[in-house]
Amino acid sequence: MSALPLPPVAAFRGRGGRAVRSLAEDKLLLASGAVCVAIVALALLGPLLASGSPSRTSILEANLGSSSQHWLGTDALGRDIFTRLLYGARLSLAGPALIIAVSTVLGTGAAITAVWVGGRVERVLNRVLDVLFAFPALLFAILVVAILGTGLVAPVIALSIAYTPYMARVVRSVARRERSLPYIDACQLAGLSSWRICSRHILPNVFGVVRAQASIAFGAALIDLAAISFLGLGVSPPAAEWGLMVANGSTALLNGYPQECLAAGACIVVTVVAFNLLGERLAVRSEGRR
Amino acid sequence: MSAPLLHAADVRKTFVVRDESGRRDELVAADGVSFTLATGGSLALVGESGSGKTTIARIVAGLETPSGGTVELLGEARTGGRVSRAVRKRRARQVQMVFQDPYGSLDPRQTVAACVEEVLREHFDGDRCWRRERVASLLQQVGLEERHADQRPRRLSGGQRQRVAIARALAVEPRLLILDEAVSALDVSVQAQVINMLVELRRTTGVAFLFVSHDLGVVRQVTEDCLVMHRGRVVEAGPTADVLDHPADAYTQRLLSAIPRPGWQPRRRTAEVSDA
Repeated sequence: MSALPLPPVAAFRGRGGRAVRSLAEDKLLLASGAVCVAIVALALLGPLLASGSPSRTSILEANLGSSSQHWLGTDALGRDIFTRLLYGARLSLAGPALIIAVSTVLGTGAAITAVWVGGRVERVLNRVLDVLFAFPALLFAILVVAILGTGLVAPVIALSIAYTPYMARVVRSVARRERSLPYIDACQLAGLSSWRICSRHILPNVFGVVRAQASIAFGAALIDLAAISFLGLGVSPPAAEWGLMVANGSTALLNGYPQECLAAGACIVVTVVAFNLLGERLAVRSEGRR
Repeated sequence: MSAPLLHAADVRKTFVVRDESGRRDELVAADGVSFTLATGGSLALVGESGSGKTTIARIVAGLETPSGGTVELLGEARTGGRVSRAVRKRRARQVQMVFQDPYGSLDPRQTVAACVEEVLREHFDGDRCWRRERVASLLQQVGLEERHADQRPRRLSGGQRQRVAIARALAVEPRLLILDEAVSALDVSVQAQVINMLVELRRTTGVAFLFVSHDLGVVRQVTEDCLVMHRGRVVEAGPTADVLDHPADAYTQRLLSAIPRPGWQPRRRTAEVSDA
């Protein structure tokens, strides 16, 4: 696993000016959206659905296959994998959610400010973004973990900073196009304040792209965080977390019991694909709307 | 004569452009442009593309700062840079502008009523009820129907959008309305309707027009005075009828002879036509 470069949203254009289908007809958007909602709902309600405790060990029940008692089998310590996946979902999704929230706010704010003020401020921001782009996100996270110690906080801080330029770059290009339209000139001539023009006119008009990019970045952040947990730099072992479960299951995998690795890996893949598809469809729609 | 509404003296604007190799070059968009517009008057800026007429309009509006010369509105010189809220609002009450592109002139997310109301809320103390009435009367003034109020620009035609842009500009009751090719993008029948509406507006509200256009026929209908620009310079100025009927300058004569009319034979494009 490595840090995936985020594809800029502009790459996903509707094909050949085809009219954007109505929401009900956009099956891919609905399906990926439904999966995303289901995943988040399971994460929130998980502990209610699960029967046992995620940390109840039982040496006698180690490495069991799937059965009516343990739907997805058990891990090397005899813990129920399905229960651990449900409990782990919260931790696995909360990290990326925090990262995306912070980097979206910072990136969008910086991009709109730079485009609005222009001149030297914009040039300085461009240089800062170039410098940030030069850091591989995962390496940067490992560096911060080395300073702040393992846990969820350090990687989340590091990845929030690392993801900000990706958001800023995409928003900047759309905001610049918006800024050049005459309705923004008209707002200025009407005497509206800069704050009002940026927050009420530019921001709502770039929001479609922000939303799409945030969804795509969510998947990438999930993978990065899982990789950090896999490397043992994230949350510590007794906790249930998908990346950690993949790491944990790797020993059992070599012994011929792949169920923990597969189950946790599948959760990561399904979630990432669902959020990527959602982001891609949202991007196409926000493009087609103009 | 009291202080004119608008007085431009020796306005000059140069843009720095860079070619592919990154070399700096200066493009002179306007050079020594001077003119005066009386309160309630109407002045046309005509000329071919690239003659600097839009640049002058944007300088008067305050969207560009001149590289040289002064622009005075009601005897007050325009200064660039940051201005206070009060100055910003006072300027808005003086000048408004309608842009050429009907598709980019309105926020795609705002309904027609919200667009006009936003301006009203910024400038007037009236309550919601007052604003709603004012929006309705403004829309009526520009020839829009009540049902348009709740629509977003996507559902409006080009002509309807320009009417909304004009209503928004009129909402602050400006002294000067700049119309930058405001009817050029519209088809002929819609153009005629909007022009009639504009002429009627000026008669009833007394707002002055700075009318930027390349269309001499339209200019004759809307304006009393006329300024012919070529390559950033004013080549001829005077009452619209005189300039168009008895052009003194060679460029104006060529511009006029390029208007299609019955029995007109288009001349081949030669260096002589596009060059002075």
